[in-house]
Amino acid sequence: MQNVPDITVPAIDIEKIRKDFPLLQEKVYGLPLVYLDNAATTQKPQIVLDTLMHYYIHLNSNVHRGVHHLSQEATAAYENSRKTVATFLNARKSEEIIFTKGTTDSINLVAYSFGRGEIKPGDVVLVSAMEHHSNIVPWQMMCEDRGAELKVIPMDENGELIMSAFSELLTDKVKIIAVTYVSNSLGTVNPVRDIIAQAHARNIPVLLDAAQAVQHMAVDVQELDVDFLVFSGHKIYGPTGTGVLYGKEEWLDRLPPYQGGGDMIKTVTFAKTIYNVLPYKFEAGTPDISGAIALEAAIKYVQQIGVENIQAWEEQLVEYAVQQLQQIEGLRFIGKPTHRSGAISFLVDEIHPYDLGELLDKQGIAIRTGHHCAEPVMGFFCIPGTVRASFAVYTTFEDIDRLVAGIKKAAAMLR
Amino acid sequence: MTIKEKQDELISDFSFMENWMDKYEHIIQLGKELPLIDEKYKTPDHLIKGCQSQVWLHTDMQDGKLIFTADSDAVITKGLVSLMITVFSGHTPKEIAESEIYFIDAIGLSSHLSPTRSNGLLSMLKQVKLYAVAYEAKSQSQKNGKEL
Repeated sequence: MQNVPDITVPAIDIEKIRKDFPLLQEKVYGLPLVYLDNAATTQKPQIVLDTLMHYYIHLNSNVHRGVHHLSQEATAAYENSRKTVATFLNARKSEEIIFTKGTTDSINLVAYSFGRGEIKPGDVVLVSAMEHHSNIVPWQMMCEDRGAELKVIPMDENGELIMSAFSELLTDKVKIIAVTYVSNSLGTVNPVRDIIAQAHARNIPVLLDAAQAVQHMAVDVQELDVDFLVFSGHKIYGPTGTGVLYGKEEWLDRLPPYQGGGDMIKTVTFAKTIYNVLPYKFEAGTPDISGAIALEAAIKYVQQIGVENIQAWEEQLVEYAVQQLQQIEGLRFIGKPTHRSGAISFLVDEIHPYDLGELLDKQGIAIRTGHHCAEPVMGFFCIPGTVRASFAVYTTFEDIDRLVAGIKKAAAMLR
Repeated sequence: MTIKEKQDELISDFSFMENWMDKYEHIIQLGKELPLIDEKYKTPDHLIKGCQSQVWLHTDMQDGKLIFTADSDAVITKGLVSLMITVFSGHTPKEIAESEIYFIDAIGLSSHLSPTRSNGLLSMLKQVKLYAVAYEAKSQSQKNGKEL
């Protein structure tokens, strides 16, 4: 290891943490795995796996309807998870937490319901130039459907939003703003407090895509005063297929339901259906019960380490990685934000990102290459894609050293 | 050399390399020897669909044999195209259309390449065979035309 920073985070016992993740013990091509694709998905700690198993062995039953013991147990566990998520985000009430399949599902829910309830022809929806496709396409579909217009908050060469342009875009036509808290492709942490304050001054609600935020920093929905906030379970050490939509109670009450089906109704006749109260109104059908319960285990795992400690640890990693990477000849960062979290995108000379990614893979280093589901971002920088290294609580300085050595070796072969 | 002999030679070359980094080094080297496509053929018609990186492929008939030229924006892809062209270039459309291709599996490319790359490789193979079948059909119809 080269210049490992002196400061470490006492609360982070990295050896112990790494032991909690069975997959990190695996080898690829006979080499110890360096997993730096955490922005795509994180590995799961043993406690999450155990919770999934425990549910199916001891609790499996449908929620919210049975009078029998197991159903009550399963319901209690499922609803406890909702409370844990509410506490994690500091929501006022657990009814403000809707379980979904993930960030994409959460955004589709809001786009659909908000569109149906609030959007008229000629209205404007604002997104930013650095959104993931999942925070573009649902709004695009809704705008097409409602005769509304999608407008884009531009960014600059550093991969930061141009806030003066944002202010100019704020007209009375704007009915909702959907922006990412942290960019998945650039690592930019956006000035969301400023965005929310300006939006609220005009009574415009804001949805934050926190898929790349909640695992890296403390998120307090009351302090942010955000109207909707969404994230995925699998990016915060939980199971795939789980996700969360936080919405202020007044908004969730006001919006029409998304999907129809069981659990979301109070009474059904062929003439008229009365919808259930929050949160059930937005949870049609049997939910991912085991997933929600295992997501609670993941969140508790994060809380146990302390999200502030995770943030401090990862900030050191990011700083070290930027410092080491910039010493590689010909390497250029795609996105140079002042506030960065979790991910670093880069290219080396004219080397195609797929070539670099493939040779890193063969050295046991998992990174992501491509457009990261953010084609407009790649279009902005006129590049086919980037190589992205992204971090988690179990990432080590040695991982970064191996990445740097791997890039040097690959670049020498590809030049 | 026949298409079969060329494949066997490639398989033997690769079998001497111990690890995948060496194999990639060889693939990259082959990419540097790729007979490059004329710039004027770098058009959307010559792009192979199904490749994540861009691959242009062109073929010419010379003395009854197909000669392939190509290019790609990615170095490893270029090497893979080069492998393909080494095997097929200089053979008649009939030989190419009827050939059985086993070197991709035998070298282990299909299991070791990333899925997008191995899909790309298969698309390339399909395109080469399509060219061959088209030329073969054309020459058959010309023959029939003369007989009539």
